[in-house]
Amino acid sequence: MISIHAFILIPILTAFLIPFIGKQFPKWHLGWVTLAVPILLFSFFVSKIPVISANRTITGSIPWIRALDLHFAVYLDGLSLIFTLLIAGVGSLVVLYSIFYLSKEKESLSHFYAYLLLFMGAMLGVVLSDNLMVLYLFWELTSISSFLLIAFWFHRKKSRYGAQKSFLITVGGGIAMLVGFIMLQVMTATNSVQEIIAMRDSIQDHELFVPALVLILLGAFTKSAQFPFHIWLPDAMEAPTPVSAYLHSATMVKAGLFLVARFTPVFGGEATWFWLVSGVGIFTMFWGSFTAVRQNDLKALLAYSTISQLGLMMSLFGLGSAALQGGASIDSIIYTQAIFAALFHLVNHATFKGALFMVVGIVDHGVGTRDVRKLGGLLSLMPITFTLSVIGSFSMAGLPPFNGFLSKEMFFTAVLNAHEMSMFSMDTWGLLFPVIAWIGSIFTFIYSMFIVFRTFLRPYRRERLEKDPHEASIGMLLSPIILCTFVILLFFFPNLLSKYLLAPAMNGILPTYQNMEGFIPKISAWHGFNLELLMTAGVVILGIILMNTYRFWNVIYDLFPEKRSLDRGYQWLLAASESGSKKATDHYMTGFLPNYLYYIFGFLLLTVGGTLFLSGSIVFDPSNDAPVSLYEAIFVGIMGITAVGILFAKSRMTATLLNGVLGYSIAVFFVLFKAPDLALTQLVVETVTTVLFLLCFYHLPEWSKEDRSWKVRFPKIILSIGMGALTVLIALSVQGNNLFESISSYFEDSYELAGGRNIVNTILGDFRAFDTMLEVVVLFIAGIGVYTLVKLKAPQGGDKIERK
Amino acid sequence: METVITLLVGLLVSVATYLLLSKNVIRVVLGSAILSHAIHLLLITMGGLKKGGVPILGDKVETYVDALPQALILTAIVISFAVTSFFLALMYRTYQSIGTDNLHEMRGTNDE
Amino acid sequence: MRENDLILQTVSKVAVFIILTFGVYLFLSGHHNPGGGFIGGLTLSSAFVLLYLAFDVESVNAGIPLNYKMVAAIGVLIAIFTGMGSLLFGRAFLSQSSAYFNLPVFGKTGFATVTLFESGIALGVVGVVITIMISISEDV
Repeated sequence: MISIHAFILIPILTAFLIPFIGKQFPKWHLGWVTLAVPILLFSFFVSKIPVISANRTITGSIPWIRALDLHFAVYLDGLSLIFTLLIAGVGSLVVLYSIFYLSKEKESLSHFYAYLLLFMGAMLGVVLSDNLMVLYLFWELTSISSFLLIAFWFHRKKSRYGAQKSFLITVGGGIAMLVGFIMLQVMTATNSVQEIIAMRDSIQDHELFVPALVLILLGAFTKSAQFPFHIWLPDAMEAPTPVSAYLHSATMVKAGLFLVARFTPVFGGEATWFWLVSGVGIFTMFWGSFTAVRQNDLKALLAYSTISQLGLMMSLFGLGSAALQGGASIDSIIYTQAIFAALFHLVNHATFKGALFMVVGIVDHGVGTRDVRKLGGLLSLMPITFTLSVIGSFSMAGLPPFNGFLSKEMFFTAVLNAHEMSMFSMDTWGLLFPVIAWIGSIFTFIYSMFIVFRTFLRPYRRERLEKDPHEASIGMLLSPIILCTFVILLFFFPNLLSKYLLAPAMNGILPTYQNMEGFIPKISAWHGFNLELLMTAGVVILGIILMNTYRFWNVIYDLFPEKRSLDRGYQWLLAASESGSKKATDHYMTGFLPNYLYYIFGFLLLTVGGTLFLSGSIVFDPSNDAPVSLYEAIFVGIMGITAVGILFAKSRMTATLLNGVLGYSIAVFFVLFKAPDLALTQLVVETVTTVLFLLCFYHLPEWSKEDRSWKVRFPKIILSIGMGALTVLIALSVQGNNLFESISSYFEDSYELAGGRNIVNTILGDFRAFDTMLEVVVLFIAGIGVYTLVKLKAPQGGDKIERK
Repeated sequence: METVITLLVGLLVSVATYLLLSKNVIRVVLGSAILSHAIHLLLITMGGLKKGGVPILGDKVETYVDALPQALILTAIVISFAVTSFFLALMYRTYQSIGTDNLHEMRGTNDE
Repeated sequence: MRENDLILQTVSKVAVFIILTFGVYLFLSGHHNPGGGFIGGLTLSSAFVLLYLAFDVESVNAGIPLNYKMVAAIGVLIAIFTGMGSLLFGRAFLSQSSAYFNLPVFGKTGFATVTLFESGIALGVVGVVITIMISISEDV
């Protein structure tokens, strides 16, 4: 079906149009124009829900480069549908929010919306592509648009730093992923993801299987900000808040999760996959929440919380992949629930975290700061915002009656199940999962509460704020209100979501389990008094205690000083690689022409001479030579003496004249070798060249003596003799090895073919006229070059102006 | 004959390389001019020497020397003329702006 | 800068015409005899070079008020557009063709599109060579 292709391209094409629309209608706020695109996309993908929920998929392919198996192939199943709805849905709300967040007068809106739409199209491309290479293309396009959006306020140093950092890390991971894709392609001889999934069994013992797995995970981990690559996400918060809400919490950072989910049918069941995904995920979950607590900037806090939540989902995908170990069986169906929980939390996270980002944006907008040390007591001034923040953060903390509670409970169930796994040596290490998850959840609770209490409760201190706080306009509140409505609705009607979206996605990720009893669980808020509920209760109780005693135990963070952080490591690496490459380059790029020529000639000698020598193709066969007459011998002698004479010429005039002698002797040789055209040309050209040399000498000083020391001369002599010898060897070998029939006899029919008797001229004018035409163009360019070099001069001081 | 000319070409290439490695710009330009001389000779030698008549169709001779290298050399002569004259203009202009014809003194770090 | 070379100037006046004639001859005979666009163009330009050597740049420019950069550009354009001419007849770019006509005075005369192409080349060569010469020599 072509239409899906069109819907991927619509945002990208609109992105190109946005600047023109902005120019044409300067009175419009471009956000309203842009808003039409995600709404259109959203309604289109909503209309596909009935098809997908009936467990069908929509595919389509447009051939692009057939020879490389590169097709613009799309594949819409339950998994990609969830993502498309998130992209288009959150996209619409974010664009709506941004209309009130970014002022038309101050900001360059055409850039902003063009980048945003570019991202939207690229992200849709990522989740819908079925072709590995196209997927990679869109993947990097999301990195690029993210780079542009983070650097939107490019006059800030921190924005540029954050943009560069995120770009280096995500693109670096993307390149690793590309290598992994190529390995997959080598193993399966196809670029189609679905075909690769079908070939799963035949590639599992391939020696490239594990390397490909690790490389693809590198791509997913960098994109989804998993430890230790998470360091880019906090710096990415320099972007405008709508961007943070959209790219850096709801969509782009989940591309890594998408990739993991998409490749679970290929790699799932492999121990390396299980341990990497779940291990890195659970540790990221803990580390993110632990670090979030110490943050003073609300957005940084949310960034670390996003890292933590991403880790949570990542670990769930990892745990769920265990279900594929040893094929589908009713015993291991319990492990599939982890993936279900991951998908459910994916949707929930997008709702509550999107709302929280927007709330923080409102506070920032209304108060002028995001620093919790300055904030406080906003409850009475911003009541609606306060309500929204309560809904968002209580959901994040995993409290009822919000959707976060449901997925958090399922998360606990999943880690408890994992603890009982009998594979992958989980019996020794399995206990770690519930323990780390529980500790991480306590910190999650603490920072969620911090958002509400530190911002809105505590005493209000006006003197610390830049502006008079006031409630935001309805337009700004609309988007978070909608998201918060979902937060509550999903708590009460989770099974609707499960039936229409999660179930088809589960079937896509774990096709072997399709239609098995208990594969799609019924989500309910109340399970009776079980371990999960106890864990939640423990989280709440311990969380409240720790929150109130924060000032007593926050010394623990001094154990992780800024100096030894990963961030410093990144900065050091960047600086070291820059200075290292500068040092290396300065070492050989001396700016002295002879040095470069040494490299070039030396390399030529080494490679060509080495090849000649190693392949043993040096042949000397003078039997075919024409006889040498006396005159010719004399001329050869003259030329030899002249050439050597140039080296010893005392003045440049002598050298130029000797060069002229060489040229005229060659003209004589052309006559002897039956080439009258050449002889004529050579004579004229030599004359003109000599005149040119003499003209130039008029302006130049007499040449200085070369350095005569042996230290300088010796390498020159060696290299010169080497080059001469190499030329002789190549020429002799070419004459000795008659490997191919000469093509020249073809041109001897020139009279019939081109109507001319002069073969050389017909080659120039007819057979190879293209060469001649381009040659005259080259000549023309050289002429223009000479003219501009001599005639055009920058005005005095022009260089300095340019350098500025 | 071919071997003799080939050896001559080798000598010319050596001289040209030696000149190219000099510090003085004029020597470098001369070196490039001699290098193109050498290559023209090399090309025509590759086609075989004195194996027939002038490559202009007529009634008298049956065999002609190889015309293809000649066409290539004709192109090469003109291009090398263009290159040499460009070098000369470049050299001249450089001397005017910087005031030296010594490559060692031309290396600058200001504009890098 | 130059002394008054009466002999050189007198000889040049005659020689230039001989060279020019020879250049045109070379250019026209290229199809069947040694010669052609390049050689013709170079010979023609060597005549101009001789003029510039014998007289000074200003007086030659006053006598032949040509913008040689334009000459070169026109030559290049002619070469390209004659190549495109073959596209009109559905042939590949730069395909040449030739035909013979019986003209009253000249007898059997050949005419080939390659001559047009070559004239472009010749003009290009003349223009470029003289542009280079003048550029360097004028600039003092």
